[in-house]
Amino acid sequence: MSQSHNRGLVEDFGRWREFSAGMWAWVFHKFTGWVLIGYLFTHIAVLSSALNGDAAYTQTLQGLEQLAVVRVLEVGLLAVAAFHILNGIRLLFIDLGVGTALDTQEKSFYASLILTGIIVVVSVPVFLEGL
Amino acid sequence: MAERYSSFSSGSTRWFLQRVTAAFLVVTLAFHFLLLHFFHHAPEITFSGSHARYSVPAYFVTMVLFLAAATFHGTNGIYNALVNQGVTGTPKRVAKWVLVVAGVLVFVQGIRVALALTGGA
Repeated sequence: MSQSHNRGLVEDFGRWREFSAGMWAWVFHKFTGWVLIGYLFTHIAVLSSALNGDAAYTQTLQGLEQLAVVRVLEVGLLAVAAFHILNGIRLLFIDLGVGTALDTQEKSFYASLILTGIIVVVSVPVFLEGL
Repeated sequence: MAERYSSFSSGSTRWFLQRVTAAFLVVTLAFHFLLLHFFHHAPEITFSGSHARYSVPAYFVTMVLFLAAATFHGTNGIYNALVNQGVTGTPKRVAKWVLVVAGVLVFVQGIRVALALTGGA
């Protein structure tokens, strides 16, 4: 059974100054999760051009890839996916009872953030290639 | 052991499936990004290239499982987030069925796309 926990109002944005690392991890994981499920629906909608034939599919995908804004959004998608994956691995380990000490959880969260940053920075040239 | 702050209690089927799909998605999402952005470049994606990949049974099955896992993990994740925010009663039931219907629709449409890319549509 699901249960709710009283964390106060996340919507009260003024509270961000009081957030601990754990609260940021929770907020970022939720935010990236919402973006990823939203993208899944968008992705399937775009790929549905395949139902209109070979040319429609190729033209739709290549047309979108010619837009600079799409390339920049793809870098954003990579950042969101990389963080959700890395933080998700961290959460799976915590569920298995590994790294549950609070200082270890903080360190592994910061490691997720730093690794995400590195992955995004080194990937930018690949994502913007040919623009 | 540290006190649990998970969005939902352990031991339920949905709790278990959320973690099983998470472990599967770690691998498949990373594979999807690496294959279609680094090995093949996204601007060079064509129908014939996608058709060639989807014609390999192992790739087709992996993508269908990827879609199923992502759909469940995403819709179940939204449901958990809503419950975690305190949604109860009728809004909770409405959210559940809207998410079930949306999940089924995106999965069915994804299968149609996969079949079209395989050449079977």
